[in-house]
Amino acid sequence: MSNLLSIVTFLPALAALILAVFLRGDDAAAQRNAKWLALIASAATFVISLFILAQFDPSNTGFQMLEEGEWLMGLSYRMGVDGISVLFVMLTTFMMPLVIWASWDVKTRVTEYMIAFLMLETLMLGVFMALDLVLFYVFFEAGLIPMFLIIGIWGGKERIYASFKFFLYTFLGSVLMLVAMIAMYADAGTTCIGGCDVSLLTHNFASDDFSVLGVPIVGGLQTMLFLAFFASFAVKMPMWPVHTWLPEAHVQAPTAGSVVLAAILLKMGGYGFLRFSLPMFPVGSEVMQNFVFTLSVVAIVYTSLVALVQEDMKKLIAYSSVAHMGYVTMGIFAANQQGVDGAIFQMISHGFISGALFLCVGVIYDRMHTREIDAYGGLVNRMPAYALIFLFFTMANVGLPGTSGFIGEFLTLAGVFQVNTWVAAGAALGVILSAAYALWLYRRVVMGDLIKESLKTIKDMTRREKLIFTPLVAMTLLLGVYPAPILDRIGPSVEALVAHYDTSLESAGRGGNSNRVAEAEAEVGH
Amino acid sequence: MMSADLNIILPEIILSLYALIALVGAVYTGKDNLAPMLVWVTSGVFVVMAIWIGTSGDGSLPAFYGMFQNDAFARFAKVLILISAAAVLVMSEGYMARRDLLRFEYPMLVTLAVVGMMVMVSAGDLMSLYMGLELQSLALYVVASLRRDSVKSTEAGLKYFVLGALSSGLLLYGASLVYGFAGTTLFSGIILAATEGHLTVGLLIGLVLMISGMAFKVSAVPFHMWTPDVYQGSPTPVTAFFATAPKVAAMGLFARVMFDAFGGAIADWSQVIALLAVLSMFLGSFAAIGQTDIKRLMAYSSIAHMGYALIGLAAGTQLGVQNMLIYMAIYVTMNVGTFAFILSMERDGQPVTEVGALGMYSKKSPGRALAMLVLLFSLAGVPPLLGFFAKYGVMLAAVDAGMVWLAVAGVIASVIGAYYYLRIVFLMYFGDEREDALDKPSSSVLSGFLAVSALVIVVAVFNPLGLTVHLQDSAEAAAVSLVN
Repeated sequence: MSNLLSIVTFLPALAALILAVFLRGDDAAAQRNAKWLALIASAATFVISLFILAQFDPSNTGFQMLEEGEWLMGLSYRMGVDGISVLFVMLTTFMMPLVIWASWDVKTRVTEYMIAFLMLETLMLGVFMALDLVLFYVFFEAGLIPMFLIIGIWGGKERIYASFKFFLYTFLGSVLMLVAMIAMYADAGTTCIGGCDVSLLTHNFASDDFSVLGVPIVGGLQTMLFLAFFASFAVKMPMWPVHTWLPEAHVQAPTAGSVVLAAILLKMGGYGFLRFSLPMFPVGSEVMQNFVFTLSVVAIVYTSLVALVQEDMKKLIAYSSVAHMGYVTMGIFAANQQGVDGAIFQMISHGFISGALFLCVGVIYDRMHTREIDAYGGLVNRMPAYALIFLFFTMANVGLPGTSGFIGEFLTLAGVFQVNTWVAAGAALGVILSAAYALWLYRRVVMGDLIKESLKTIKDMTRREKLIFTPLVAMTLLLGVYPAPILDRIGPSVEALVAHYDTSLESAGRGGNSNRVAEAEAEVGH
Repeated sequence: MMSADLNIILPEIILSLYALIALVGAVYTGKDNLAPMLVWVTSGVFVVMAIWIGTSGDGSLPAFYGMFQNDAFARFAKVLILISAAAVLVMSEGYMARRDLLRFEYPMLVTLAVVGMMVMVSAGDLMSLYMGLELQSLALYVVASLRRDSVKSTEAGLKYFVLGALSSGLLLYGASLVYGFAGTTLFSGIILAATEGHLTVGLLIGLVLMISGMAFKVSAVPFHMWTPDVYQGSPTPVTAFFATAPKVAAMGLFARVMFDAFGGAIADWSQVIALLAVLSMFLGSFAAIGQTDIKRLMAYSSIAHMGYALIGLAAGTQLGVQNMLIYMAIYVTMNVGTFAFILSMERDGQPVTEVGALGMYSKKSPGRALAMLVLLFSLAGVPPLLGFFAKYGVMLAAVDAGMVWLAVAGVIASVIGAYYYLRIVFLMYFGDEREDALDKPSSSVLSGFLAVSALVIVVAVFNPLGLTVHLQDSAEAAAVSLVN
C-alpha cells in the first residue's frame, strides 16, 4: 500500500463525514451509533497504523513511505515519516480509541462531539506526517477549530473564557510562525520540508549577524526565524511563561479533551522543535540555547511549586505537565543523542502517563462531579482497584524507576548534564518537587479514613474503565523496563539530526556540542 | 470587419436586447406578476451565457480597433460575474416576493448592470471603460433604493449615487488627463506613452485620479465610506448582489487598466495599490469588530477582502493577477453562502440583521450552523478551508514580487479579522439562548445555496475531479492574456 499514510490520516475524517451526513438527531439510537462508529473508526486507524510501524525501517534516517502529489496553488501534498515522527503517529492512533471509549458517558450533542474528535485525530496525524511547510501549517492550525469547540461546548463552567484564551494564545503564536514561513520560502525558494531534491532541511539559512534598529542580532536570519517558530511551539508546548492557557483549558475541557490535549496536542510543540527549530536553524538554536534552558528550568521548578498549592486536581496535573514538558525542551536543545532521545521518550511516556492521570480524575469526577481535592479522601476504602491504578500512574509521573517516566527524565538529565551542569542540577530539583506534589495529592485523595458522607456510596471502577486503563498500564510498564522498542526506532534518526546540527554549526564557524565536549575533556585532561 | 466585431460582442448584445425586450414586454403585459418568472428566466439566461462564454474559443480577440477585448481574462471574469449574478437573483426571489419588493424592473436592472460589468472587464479604451462603468453604476443606484417607501433604502441609493458620481468625476478627470498627455484613449496607445520612469506629470496625476475612481468601485480604503451605509440600507438581496458580481467587475476593470494601459510603469503604481491594500485590510478588520448589524459587518468584511485581492494586483506580476482572480472566485463563493444565510434570518417573518439574534443558533439548526461555521472560518482564512488558500495565493505572489512586508501586513490583519468572524461562531455555538429566537428557516432554495457553498469550501480543497486545478489553470490563462 503506497497510500498508507494518507489512509491512516484521512480514515477518521471519513468517519466524521459519514457521521455528519448520515446521523441526525440526538436520540439514544443516534448517540449509540455515533459512539460505535467513532470507536470502530479510531480502532481501525490504529490497526492500520500498525502497518506503518511494521514497514518502518529504523536504519534509514531519511523520510520513508513518501507520498507526493500536486495540490492547489502550486503547493504539493507531501507526506512521510522518519524516526522522529513515526512514534508520534503511533501515540496518536493508540490514544484516540481509548479517548473515545472514555467518553462513553457524554450525554449532550454526542454526534458532534465524536465528529470533533475524529477531525482532531486526522489533523494531529497530518501534523506529524506532513512534509510540506504549508501542508504542515494547514494541519497545525486547523487543529485549533475542533479543540476550540470541544472546550467551548462540552467544557465546564468557565469554558467560554478558556476556549477563547486557548484560541487566541495559540493563534497568535502560529501567526508569527506563518510570517517566518513566508520568510523561509523567500530565502530557500521551496516549501518542501524533506524528502525532495531541494528541501528546507538541507538548506542553509543565512546566519550572518545583522542589526535591526541598532540592536545587533547574533545569528541573523536564523535567530529571527527561530524566535518566530519558538513563539508558536512554546505556546503549544507550553513553556513558562506562556503556559497559562493550559491549566485553564484543562480544567474546563471534558475529560477526553484533557487527555487529547495532554497526551497528543502538547507534543506538537516538541515535534515542531525537533522538525524545524533544531535542524533548520542550528545557529539560532545555539544562540538561544541558554535562553531555552533558563525557561525550561524555571518551568520545572516554578510550576512544580505552583502545582503544590493547587486545590483542583486537573489544575495540579496540568501544572505537572508543564513541568514535565520543561524536561523535553531542555533535552531537545541539549542537542545531543541522550538529550534528544530522552526528549522524544519523555513525550511518548508523558502521553501515556498524563493521559492516564486525567482519565483517573475523570473516573471520580464522573461519580462526584467535583475536582476539588478537599472533596475527596479515603477513597481506597471503597475503590481499591482505582487506588491501585492511580498509585501506579502517580509513581510513573514522579519518575519511579521501572516506569517509563524514569527513562525519559533520566535521559534528558543525562543529556543536559553534558552540556550544562548547572541546568541539569536545577532540573533535578524538579524530580524531588514532583514527588512532593504527586504523592501529597495521592495522600489527600485516596488515603486516610473515608469520613465524607457523600463518598460513602461511591462505586469502584467499572469493567469498561478498567479495560481502558489496561493498555496504558502495559505500555508504561513495558517501556519502563524495556525502552529499546522506542530508542531503537528513534536512535538512527536522532543521530543523524544531531550530526547535522553539529556540522551545520561547524560550517557556520560556531562549533557544536562535539567541539565543546572535546574542549571540556581537554580541560579535564590538563 | 464590422460583422466580425459584432460577433465578438454578441453576448453583450444579446443580453442588452433581452433586457430591453423583457422590459417592454413586461410593461405592456402582466407587469409585476411576471417578476418571479422573469427572475428565473434571467438566471437561466445568465447561466447559459456563462457556459457559452466559458466554452467559447481561446485566444485574444480585439473588436472595434481594440476598444473591446475578448480575451481569457475577460472570459474568466465574465463567467464569474454571470454565475454569481444568477445565484443572487435566484436567492432573492423568495425574499423579495414575500416583502412585496419583487418588481419586474429588478431582474432587468440586474441584467443591465451585468452588461455594464461585462463591458468593464473587456474594456480596451477609456471610452468603453466609462461606458461600462456608468451602465453598471446607474443600474445599481436604482436597485439600491428599490424599497421606495423605506427611508434607509432611499438614503442608501442617494448616498451611493452622490458618492458614485463623485468617483466617476474623478475617474473622468483622470481619464481626460491621460488622454491629453498620451494623445489617445486606446489602452494600447497609452501603454506606449506610459513607460517606467518616464511618466509625465500629467499622466501621473491622471493615473492617480483613475486609481481613486476605481478604488471607490472596489470600496478600498480611503474610498470606502459609502459601503457600510449602502450595504445596510439596501434590501438584503441587493446587498448580496453588491458584495459579489460588481466587486468582481471592479477588480477586473482595475487589473485591466493597470496592466493594459499602465503595464509599462508597474513600479509607479504598485506602491499606491499596496498602500490601498494595507489600509483596506486593517480598516476592514478593525472596524468590523464593533458592528452589531450583520450586513454592516459584511460590508467591512468585504472591504478587508478587497484589500487582500489588491495584494495580488499590487504584486504586479502574472502570478499576482492569477491569484487575485482565484481570490475573487473563492470570495464570491463564500459570500453567496453567507448571504444565503443572512437572507434566511427572520423572526415572525420579518428580516433580522442583528448579530445577537444568533445566540445558541446551533442548537436549533445544527446543520445550518455548521455550514455557517465553515463559511466564517473560511472567510477568516483559517486552514484547511478554501479561504486560507485564497489568502495564501495572494501573499505568495507578494513574496515572489519581493514585497514581503505586504504579506506580513496581510497576515497580521487576518488575525485581527479572525476575531469578528469568530465572534459569530461564538454566538451560534456558545452564546446565550434568546427568548425571541429566529424562525425556523423555510426556504429550501436558500438552504441549498448555503449547503452547496459550504460544501464547495470544504471539498474543493481536495481537488475533486481536478476541478480546483482547472479553476487555477483558467485563472492562469487569464493572467497570461492580461500580463504581457
